[in-house]
Amino acid sequence: MQSLKTIADQAVQWHKEPLTPNEAEVARIMQICNACRYCEGFCAMFPAMTRRLKFDNKADLNYLANLCHNCGACLHACQYAPPHEFKVNVPRSMAKVRKETYTSYAWPGALGKLYASNGLALSLAVALGLALFLILAIMSKGSLFHEPLAGDFYAVFPHNTLVALFGTVFLFAVLALATGVRRFWKDITPGDPSKPAVVEATTDVLRLKYLDGGHGLGCNDEDDRFTLRRRIFHHFTFYGFLLCFAATSIATLYHYLLGWHAPYDFMSLPVILGTLGGIGLLVGPAGLFWLNLNRAPLHLDPDQKSMDRGFIALLFFISLTGLLLLVLRDTSWMALMLALHLGFVMGFFLMMPYSKFAHGIFRSAALLKWAIEKRQPNKVGLSD
Amino acid sequence: MWDVVVVGGGNAALCAALTAREAGAKVLLLEAAPKEWRGGNSQHTRNLRCMHDGPQDVLVDAYPEEEYWQDLLKVTGGQTNEKLARMVIRESSRCRGWMQKHGVRFQPPLSGALHVARTNAFFMGGGKALVNAYYRSAENLGVEIRYETPVDAIEFDGLRFVAVRSGSKRFEAKACVLAAGGFESNREWLRQAWGQNERGEWPADNFLIRGTRFNTGKVLKLMMQAGADIIGDPSQSHCVAIDARAPLYDGGICTRIDCVSLGIVVNRDGHRFYDEGEDFWPKRYAIWGRLVAMQPGQIAYSIIDSKAVGRFMPPVFEGTTANTIEELATKINIDPAVLGETVRNFNQACQPGTFDHTVLDDCHTKGANPEKTHWALPLDKPPFFAYPVRPGITFTYLGLKTDENASVFFNGKASPNLYAAGEINAGNVLGKGYTAGVGMSIGTTFGRIAGAQAARAALSPQKQGVSDAVA
Repeated sequence: MQSLKTIADQAVQWHKEPLTPNEAEVARIMQICNACRYCEGFCAMFPAMTRRLKFDNKADLNYLANLCHNCGACLHACQYAPPHEFKVNVPRSMAKVRKETYTSYAWPGALGKLYASNGLALSLAVALGLALFLILAIMSKGSLFHEPLAGDFYAVFPHNTLVALFGTVFLFAVLALATGVRRFWKDITPGDPSKPAVVEATTDVLRLKYLDGGHGLGCNDEDDRFTLRRRIFHHFTFYGFLLCFAATSIATLYHYLLGWHAPYDFMSLPVILGTLGGIGLLVGPAGLFWLNLNRAPLHLDPDQKSMDRGFIALLFFISLTGLLLLVLRDTSWMALMLALHLGFVMGFFLMMPYSKFAHGIFRSAALLKWAIEKRQPNKVGLSD
Repeated sequence: MWDVVVVGGGNAALCAALTAREAGAKVLLLEAAPKEWRGGNSQHTRNLRCMHDGPQDVLVDAYPEEEYWQDLLKVTGGQTNEKLARMVIRESSRCRGWMQKHGVRFQPPLSGALHVARTNAFFMGGGKALVNAYYRSAENLGVEIRYETPVDAIEFDGLRFVAVRSGSKRFEAKACVLAAGGFESNREWLRQAWGQNERGEWPADNFLIRGTRFNTGKVLKLMMQAGADIIGDPSQSHCVAIDARAPLYDGGICTRIDCVSLGIVVNRDGHRFYDEGEDFWPKRYAIWGRLVAMQPGQIAYSIIDSKAVGRFMPPVFEGTTANTIEELATKINIDPAVLGETVRNFNQACQPGTFDHTVLDDCHTKGANPEKTHWALPLDKPPFFAYPVRPGITFTYLGLKTDENASVFFNGKASPNLYAAGEINAGNVLGKGYTAGVGMSIGTTFGRIAGAQAARAALSPQKQGVSDAVA
């Protein structure tokens, strides 16, 4: 961990830099919101805002931006939203700063910048490029289509090759993401997490509390009506992803601890979890994609549309190719499906620290800071 | 042919439309504004003053009828109607279930507004969220809504309402509710109402309108021309001191200046003119608009020192800052010698005491003119801050005289099918003055009564006039 700490300590002294135009816009809006405060009941961002009098600190602005869940409630409720001359649009301005959070805290920085300029194309290019590479690797050894192999992946790629490839990519992704979040955490100076704060933040993350609108009716999609659709589809996606991750982890334990090697039976734990997770990862992203297409345009940062949809599509294709691989694993299509699936998975891992995936990690960090902060005395407690 | 046509698109209009629709009437609602500006001044509101005899979800303790009535009596200086006022007060204790049924949600008091935790129920997301909820509910229930349809003519047959017109369109209905607001955004009317002062100024030229630009008073004017009975003084309004840099319309809540009681307020000549610490700010903010309106140029400056920072709701615009009072005076175009003298006199008059902004403390002046009776601390910790303030009109009180059925009168005779609610009849309860959240109580109560009465007049005219409209 020493090296990680050094990296973090050497992080650019970025909070001393002037505000970016997007941060300045959030600062302008926060000054208006802080004088109004009607939206305090919707989420955690507004109560966090009321603990501040000035919005001239980059770390604070990035913290507030990552507390925002883009639910849209405050935009529809806003008396100062466009066409009002104050042009207050909290969801969009926060979304713009969040993208800067992901890319400016990214490690290595160059990759973050690359992603900032062309996220969608990069993600898909990486995924498809890797798939192509794997297909070529298979073809170099013989034919892409083969006699049925009874689901034996390792006949196509040796187990050790897969472990080396994915282990390296996965560890890199975790290291890169951890480094970025660590820089963020250090900048927003949250103080020490108490147990209740950790429990609260974890619950808020796992329940997606702040997509409930503060009243339990949900958040806004295409208009001022509240629905729970986004929360539900996000749950499908998130828990689907976790189940897939659990399936892989259990399979790894089977392999190394118990010496049980793939392919696993349809009724085995890894396959059942993977199938359930895969279904979640089809339903969730499909629903989120549909909602994204129909969202009130003012909620979103138009520049991030492709990044958001690209990420959702990547998740969907991981699941689709994974399920197809399961179905076709006893046919001559297995190698092709395997190459495609591995390509998408590896592309996803490689882009993880720089893609929309980062939102979950940075938002969790922001929620933990809020859980800590709200337990501290309020420095700007108003006397009335 | 409609059963009920509702003229207006704010809280009272929506309450009327929803209630009439619930009673089975075919309802048309005509909103002058385009959809994105709908809701009149209701979009800027934040709470409802509620009577309650014990703790009720977001409301703490109790706020009994008598206390509410006394508060109203005090702020209006007796210019109210006890019967109607008590109706509003009682109704405020039981309308929230109905509001929730139509999608309105309440939340605990906002930070910085704990002083009204006992008396006022806050709308989650504020008034625009409430307006949105009512419009959604109205659409779901089948109320027909037309935006950008300002009424410019009303047809009568004697006392009986016949139809309204908007441009070339004519809407005939069996009954009508007028809920189209006051005339506060009609600058020419305001100018006439306030007239010219002894300095030759037209004070209203310097007023800002805190709310919608669509309350032109057209409907009120039509009714005056038709000979309806009128109540109220055209120069009376809910008028507060707001930041002079606020936009001309729709500045809303965020333009208020909350530091008056923490410092001094001077006019453009550099003189103080009223006791800034007379009472808690929430009980005094509604008189300061008028006080500033009486000053030369209709402008004043709230001046604080650094001790006050963080003790009041942060203002939306940055204050002017300086390290000396004289420098501050120069920056805000006040004679530095005069302001310096004013502050010196004030500082010397401050008596030792224990400052506590949460109570009427013992920090007062002795020998200042005028005296500051509470929270008087010398302005001695730089930097100093100045916020320019001007009168900001929220709504006017001139309106239609109505009874407990919200019926409109002509020469003392009630129309059988025409009703009024909201700002246009608020003057029956509020002759002058204001207390937070009471406008929404009046609008909700009379909106529902007017809606119920209009539906009754339209669907079963023989029963019209029965007064138990709202359960």
